[in-house]
Amino acid sequence: MARSIVQEFSKGLWDEIPPFRLVLGLCPVLAVTKSVENGIGMGLATTFVLVCSNVLVSSLRKVIPAKVRIACYIVIIATFVTVVELVMQAFAYPLFLKLGIFIPLIVVNCIVLGRSEAFASKNGIFRSLLDGLGIGVGFTLSLSALAAVRELLGTGDLTIWEKPIQVFGPSYQPFSFMIEAPGAFVALGLMLCLMNLVPKK
Amino acid sequence: MGDLIVLAISCILINNILLAQYLGNCPFLGTSKKMETAIGMAMAVVFVLVMAGVITWITNTYFLQKLGLEYLRTVAFILVIASLVQFVEMFLKKSIPALYAGLGIFLPLITTNCAVMGVCLINVNEEYTFLQALVASFSYAVGFGLALILFAGVRERILLARVPGPLQDTSIALVTAGILSLTFLAFRGMV
Repeated sequence: MARSIVQEFSKGLWDEIPPFRLVLGLCPVLAVTKSVENGIGMGLATTFVLVCSNVLVSSLRKVIPAKVRIACYIVIIATFVTVVELVMQAFAYPLFLKLGIFIPLIVVNCIVLGRSEAFASKNGIFRSLLDGLGIGVGFTLSLSALAAVRELLGTGDLTIWEKPIQVFGPSYQPFSFMIEAPGAFVALGLMLCLMNLVPKK
Repeated sequence: MGDLIVLAISCILINNILLAQYLGNCPFLGTSKKMETAIGMAMAVVFVLVMAGVITWITNTYFLQKLGLEYLRTVAFILVIASLVQFVEMFLKKSIPALYAGLGIFLPLITTNCAVMGVCLINVNEEYTFLQALVASFSYAVGFGLALILFAGVRERILLARVPGPLQDTSIALVTAGILSLTFLAFRGMV
């Protein structure tokens, strides 16, 4: 348990990067990675919820009775998800419409509840904050990577801040399989395979 | 009546919750290694999803909308689902022990199954009437069961195949799910 503070953050970036090393919370991963923009938006929203709920769970860990802890965690997470929902409705409405029901569904994302239960309930506030931030950034990175592959092959463009950038030029024939549902499963499966090629430490 | 049948078909096949809407993928991968667990999970989902769909619809229409509290929807829904699952578990344990033995371990997992929460949110977002919400919840649940059981059958066969090292387990399962999803894509032209 003698991890340094830096390691607490960086483990989320490679050793325990979701959803590749921790195969949890796959639904948003598959659903929102049609474009890079959606991937980044979803990643940031999840990161915010992860960090806030980790901090609050950690600071209340001595107050919450063990028997009803899961229910308490869910209420805490649901509160922050509502915050994200309302903020996005106010300031990023087009993105909110694109992500649709996957924003309220952060509540049932196993990664968030998993970190509260496995980490924040046993560790101090500062370490929990770093853990949430690390896992959140890792999640955002994997979402963006998967979304980049899918969008690039599926449309030939990369969309960032509503400006599509043509990467392959106009002569590229879009491989639209990649942005449909089956492409999501296959792309994630193959990326998992690539991750497995790199040996674990 | 015709509308309801079209709704049911579209929920089961065309908008299949697992393979087209991407909801409930954690139990999809987690419980599909064996046919037995897949059937148990599918039954538990049908059971809970229909009840959750109906109860959250009532909560939304008669409490949240009446009181102007729509912004509390996420919190309210997850609490309703969590307490419903807990209640169903206690009820089955006391009165139908045989069914409890079959569904037992899958029930607590359903609280964090995004298929349940997802369907409840879809029902509300699409502004379904009570009957439509009931049919949609049931059909989505049947679609979930159908895809899960089909997938479990395929995965049992994959166990016998020789899969290259890095592709093993979850990786090959995802690629297989992709192919299964491709077959469901073909239903799109039906309605």
